[in-house]
Amino acid sequence: MIEEGLKNELQKQGVYVTSLQELYNWGRANSVWPLTFGLACCAIEMMAASMSRFDLARFGAEVFRPSPRQADLMIVAGTVTKKMAPLVVRLYNQMPEPKYVIAMGACAISGGPFKQGYNVLKGIDRYLPVDVAIPGCPPRPEALIHAIMTLQEKIRNQKLTGPDRPRHLNAEIEGEYPVPAYGKHDLEPPKNPDVWQPPTMTRT
Amino acid sequence: MVSWVPDKKLETLEQIKLRIESALPLTKLDILPNECPAGERSLVVDAGRGLAVAKFLRDDAQLKLDYCSNVTGIDWPEAKIKTKVKKKMLVEGVEKEVEEIVETLRSGHLEVVYHLYSMELKHGPIVLRMRTANRTDQTHLPSLTPVWRGAEFQEREIYDLYGVIFDGHPDLRRILMWDEFVGFPMRRDYVEPDDFEYEPTPHDEVLVEAKKHYPVEAKAEVKPEVKA
Amino acid sequence: MPPKSFEVKPKLDESGASIGELLEISMGPHHPSTHGVFRMDVVLDGEKVVKLKPVCGYLHRNHEKIGENISYLASMPYTDRLDYFCSMTNNWAYALTIEKLAGLAVPERAEYIRVIMAELTRLQNHTSLIGFFVHDMGALGTPLMYAFREREKILDLFEEVSGARMMCNYMRFGGVRVDVNDEWIARTKQLVANYGRFLDEFETFLNQNEILLARTQGVSPLTKEQAVNASLTGPLLRAAGVNYDVRKVDKYGIYSRFDFKVPLGEHGDLYDRYMMRVLEMRESIKILNQALRDIPAGPVMDPKAKLRGFRPKPGEVYGRIESPKGELGFYIISDGGPNPYRYRVRPPSFINITILEDMCLGHRVADVIVILGSVDIVLGEVDRCQPI
Repeated sequence: MIEEGLKNELQKQGVYVTSLQELYNWGRANSVWPLTFGLACCAIEMMAASMSRFDLARFGAEVFRPSPRQADLMIVAGTVTKKMAPLVVRLYNQMPEPKYVIAMGACAISGGPFKQGYNVLKGIDRYLPVDVAIPGCPPRPEALIHAIMTLQEKIRNQKLTGPDRPRHLNAEIEGEYPVPAYGKHDLEPPKNPDVWQPPTMTRT
Repeated sequence: MVSWVPDKKLETLEQIKLRIESALPLTKLDILPNECPAGERSLVVDAGRGLAVAKFLRDDAQLKLDYCSNVTGIDWPEAKIKTKVKKKMLVEGVEKEVEEIVETLRSGHLEVVYHLYSMELKHGPIVLRMRTANRTDQTHLPSLTPVWRGAEFQEREIYDLYGVIFDGHPDLRRILMWDEFVGFPMRRDYVEPDDFEYEPTPHDEVLVEAKKHYPVEAKAEVKPEVKA
Repeated sequence: MPPKSFEVKPKLDESGASIGELLEISMGPHHPSTHGVFRMDVVLDGEKVVKLKPVCGYLHRNHEKIGENISYLASMPYTDRLDYFCSMTNNWAYALTIEKLAGLAVPERAEYIRVIMAELTRLQNHTSLIGFFVHDMGALGTPLMYAFREREKILDLFEEVSGARMMCNYMRFGGVRVDVNDEWIARTKQLVANYGRFLDEFETFLNQNEILLARTQGVSPLTKEQAVNASLTGPLLRAAGVNYDVRKVDKYGIYSRFDFKVPLGEHGDLYDRYMMRVLEMRESIKILNQALRDIPAGPVMDPKAKLRGFRPKPGEVYGRIESPKGELGFYIISDGGPNPYRYRVRPPSFINITILEDMCLGHRVADVIVILGSVDIVLGEVDRCQPI
C-alpha cells in the first residue's frame, strides 16, 4: 500500500497512483442503478429526487431500471404489506450481485405509522439485509440523496479480499433469500431468523 | 357559517317510505333515526326485499337514484345497550319526567350501508341499510351490483373484510387480502397475528405488549434526588 | 393453489378445432407503468385484450381499522397518506365530515384558505398526472420533468405554511392549523399568475401532438350510462359528458361564491380525459384568483372547536368533497366515545377502477397502460392506504 502523504505529493506532480481496489470501488460507487420500484408515498419523493429540482443524476444513480435483472440497488420506498412482501423478496433475489438495499421511510424500516395493522410488515429488514435506512415520513429527496451518498461511501470502503469482502466476491455466501409464503393470518415464516433477530431488551 | 348545505330538494324519508310500501306490497321498511346535526336518517330494508327496493329507488321518476356512491360494511357484535328513556311517573303524587336507564340486548349482526345519490336530478343522499341475521352462519345479503355496477368492488371488499356473502354478485372473491387468508380482519373480534417488534420507548398499550414479549427484570429503585 | 380469477380456454373456431392460444399475463405488481403496486391479470388474443381482472391490496395498510382505534384528531395525519398526491383535499374531506357530525362552524378566512389549498392541490395533481399519462405513452421523462418542476413550486408553498411537502396535516375540524401571512399570499398570487403561461406551453407541446392524438382519440370511449352506473366520479365522469361536480352540487365550503365552469367531455375517450384535466386546471386558476383577491382577515379556528378529548354525540354522517380524482367521502359512525365506531373512506381511485375491464376490452395491450394512466389512480387510496 502506498502512503497517503506520498500519494498526495505525487498527485501534485501530476502522477496519479491508485490501487485496483480503489479504482474498482470508485467505478461501482458512481454507477449505482436503482430499481424502479415504488410502493407507496415515499415513491413519489423518490421520483421527485430524480426529477428536475433534485436531479439524482449528479450522483450517478439516475438510471432507474424497470427490470430487476439490470438493477443493483433496491430502494424499498414505502409500506411493505404482507401481501407485497413475498414479491419484494423475489425481486431482490432476481437482482444480480453486487446488490444493495435502501429502506426509505418509516414504513420500510419498521411499519411506521401503519405498524399496528394486520396487513403491514414491520420492516423489510425481517426478510432482507438493509444497507442504509432513511427515517422520515416521507423522507425528503435530500434525505434520499444523502442515503445514496452514504451507500457510495460504504461501497468505496469495501475491501475486495479478506473475510469482510462483499458478498459477490465470496462464493460461500448465497445471494438469495427464502421467499415467505402466504399463511392463514400472517406470512410464513413471519421473519427470516438468519437476517433479523429481535433485539434483546432488559428493562429496569 | 356552516360549511355544508342540507339538501332540500328531496321529499322526506317518510314520504319515500310510504311510496315504496304502496308500490311494492309485502315490503316493510323502518326508518333509523340519527341524532347528529346533519341528520341523515336511513331506511332499513329487509334483506329479502333489498333488490326490489333498490330497483325502485333507481327507476322511480321522482327519485332516480342512479348513482351508488358508497357501500360500507359495519360489524355489530352482540352487546348490551344502555339507553336513557324519559318516562312520566308519579313521584309523590306529582307527575314528573324521570330518566330511566333501560338495558337491551342487541343481537350480533353485520350491516351494509348504501349511500345513494341522483346524478340526473342532483339530490341525495338516501341511506339504505340491510342487516344479516347473525354474524356466524346466516351472513347472506342480496348483492346490489346488478342495479349499480359501482357497488361491485365495494361489496367484494365487504366480503373480504367482514364476511358478508352477497348473493348474485358476479365475482365474489377476496380483493384486498390474499386468497389463502382466513378470517375477516375488520370484524371487531378479529385477533391480529402477534408480530410485536422491539420498541425502544414503549408506553401505554405498547408497554403492555412489550412486557408480554420481554420479561421485566427487577425494578431498580429510583431514589428521588435530595436537594442540598 | 388459490382459486384462479378466471379460466383461460383455448381459442376455437366454429367447428371446435383449436386455432391458437390465448395468453394470460400478469401485469404488475412490479411494473414501471402502474403508478404503484397494482396488478392486472390480462388475457390476450394476440395483442388484443379479451379479459382483464384488476388485483389490488398490495398496499392495503388497514387505514380503516387504525382509524377505529385512535381518536378523531389522530386520524388526520393518516388521511394525508390516502391519496398521497392530494393530502390537502383529503384533510378537508375528513374535517368537513367531522364538522358535519358535530355541527361545527368554520371561520371565513379558514374557508378561503381551504379553497386555496384545495385548488393548488388540484393544479399539482393534474399537472403531474398529465406528466405520468404522457410518460405511459412513451414520452419518457421530459413532460414529467416539466410537470414536477411546477409541482415543486406548489409544494414549496405547502411546506412554508404546514411544514411538510407532501403530508401537510394542515386542516382541523373547525378551521386550519396555522394562518398564512401576506407574503405567502403574494407569492401564491405570483405563482397563479405564472401558471397560465406554463399551461399554455404544456398545451402547445401536447394538444396537437401526433402521437398523443393517435394513442388517445377514440380509445376506450365511455358512455354516460356506463359511467354513471359504475359510480365513476371526477374528471373521468365529466369526460363522458355527465355534469356532476360535488363542488357545484353540494356547494360545500364557500364554492357557491366563485364563478367557475365545469368542463364536460363529449366522447369519454382518453383524449377527453386528458383535456378535462387541462380545462379543470384553467378553472382552478380562476377560482384561485378570486379566492386570493377576496380573502378576508380574521381567525382561522373556530374557538368552540375542541380538538383534544373530542367526543361527538352518537350519530352517523357521510361527508364528501370533490377531490382531484373524484368524490372523496368519509362515513363516520360515532357512539359517543373518543374514537369513531366505524370509520370508512370512499376512495375515488378504488371505485373508478371498477370498470377498468370494460374500458380495456378489445384494445391493445399497450393501451391498457395508457387507460390505467388516464384513470389516475393512487394506490394509497385504492388499497386504503388501498389502491392506486
